[in-house]
Amino acid sequence: MEAYKRVALARKKTRPTGLDYIENLFTNFIELHGDRCFGDDPAMITGLGLLLDMPVTIIAQERGKNTKSRVKRNFGSSHPEGYRKALRQMKLAEKFNRPIVCIIDTSGAFCGIGAEERGQGHAIAQNLMEMMTLKVPIISIIIGEGGSGGALALGVADEVWMLENTIYSVISPEGCASILWKDSSKTKEAANCLKLTAQDLLELEVVDKIISENHRDFKLVYKELKINLYKTFKKRKVLPKEELTQLRYERFRKFGAIEEKELID
Amino acid sequence: MMNKVLFKKPKNELETSSRFNRKTNPAIPQELCRSCPSCKNMSFTSDLEKNYHICSKCGYHFRINARQRLNMICDIGSFIEHNQNRTSINRLDFPGYTEKLEQATLFSHEKEGVITGVCKTSGFDVCIFVMESSFMMGSMGQVVGEKITQLFEYATKHRLPVLGFTVSGGARMQEGMLALMQMAKTSGGVKRHSDAGNLYIAVLTDPTTGGVTASFAMEADIILAEPEALIAFAGPRVIEQTIRQRLPKGFQKSEFLLEKGFIDGIVPRNLHKKNIASLLSLHLAPKGGETHGSL
Repeated sequence: MEAYKRVALARKKTRPTGLDYIENLFTNFIELHGDRCFGDDPAMITGLGLLLDMPVTIIAQERGKNTKSRVKRNFGSSHPEGYRKALRQMKLAEKFNRPIVCIIDTSGAFCGIGAEERGQGHAIAQNLMEMMTLKVPIISIIIGEGGSGGALALGVADEVWMLENTIYSVISPEGCASILWKDSSKTKEAANCLKLTAQDLLELEVVDKIISENHRDFKLVYKELKINLYKTFKKRKVLPKEELTQLRYERFRKFGAIEEKELID
Repeated sequence: MMNKVLFKKPKNELETSSRFNRKTNPAIPQELCRSCPSCKNMSFTSDLEKNYHICSKCGYHFRINARQRLNMICDIGSFIEHNQNRTSINRLDFPGYTEKLEQATLFSHEKEGVITGVCKTSGFDVCIFVMESSFMMGSMGQVVGEKITQLFEYATKHRLPVLGFTVSGGARMQEGMLALMQMAKTSGGVKRHSDAGNLYIAVLTDPTTGGVTASFAMEADIILAEPEALIAFAGPRVIEQTIRQRLPKGFQKSEFLLEKGFIDGIVPRNLHKKNIASLLSLHLAPKGGETHGSL
């Protein structure tokens, strides 16, 4: 099945991770740590860098490259402090008028005792709400797996792009199969039904652009991303701030919007 | 009248069934009595109704439907429903979803998982939404997201506070990413309402989980909860599977969230209307007042 092949490709261990994108898209990267409340989440990397000649804020989820770093990075699943760190950096970006690049690659926000104790739901909710009105351009790029709320917490952007072989889903196909059909062997079918591939999501207008991976050479992917990011930021930076946030609101407002007003006044 | 034996706590399941199967005993219609899932105490349904569906012995809050909730909160005859005829469509052709929607409609007697509208409560004009657990566990699809967002937009336009009662299993997976987008959309609605200086009070009821917890449930200015309600991002079963450990007792209950600092207070259902009225009165004056945020 086509969709499940994409799921496997998106999760492939040899795919470049967040750190590769940071290294190849930006220069002078300086990592900034900590959420100022609880700790520093290694699954979420935040910092500053230059996109060509433009200072930008970079938020990237990192799943790790080998067993040791994967354990350190918690396989890319953030705790609440990761999302709070991201929000702190985004607020700084707004203060200093820097565009924000979010690099999404996570199977989901972490499910564990600590994460719940420290308010995973609250942390994600705050990001969704605050990102909606940040007065600087935001672009989110899905480079591997976009897992549900944990991905959306970096995904309230002016434009959301997906690499060709990535997925973005409300639930993992495994989770969907086991909850809906109580049968984990139906994962492939679930992947198909969930409409989680870049092509499906472009049709549904959930994402705005697909970055081609045809050449299997990520140098070309980086180059294309760099040019596109730069151009889009240049275009968005000149927009009046109210228009920028209005466009972002409308981008998300359109999903399931009811055209005719049946509302009783 | 009722035999006293009927109210005796059964020692085991066998005893229960034999007692009720005995032909000499009159069968008790289910509508007449309900047993408390927590302390097994039997109560007359009519008594439960008078007591806000709270067990008189142990204080357990029975789950109630959205219309019952509205009756408890709204001043009589004041509720005007918005968008009451909105129904979902199976846009992704998800297998079995159309049938599930039909079943949910029959089962819950509602058209979708949330009821929205305007009402008066203790004399205050408010916008209100109440989620419906019997409609696909109050899961959030496009219609739920749209009704809630429209309510916040309406409240922003008319400078009204929003009062919301949540109960939900999270985003509705049969609507795929379109359901996930509702988290962002509703959050946008809440943010604009908030930026305009309006009040939003949320009351979290059992269970509030997943995408609803991670969006408008946790975005309120004041967050209240019913006692012992499950409030979580990931449900206990998911966590147990992930970390392969049993969770401590009381984990993710309202009392736990209060202790950890994520909710403002726990309010039993019989005091909801009173407490909400006090909170509203501190933010705005009833009818024609000059205070910030009133009509």
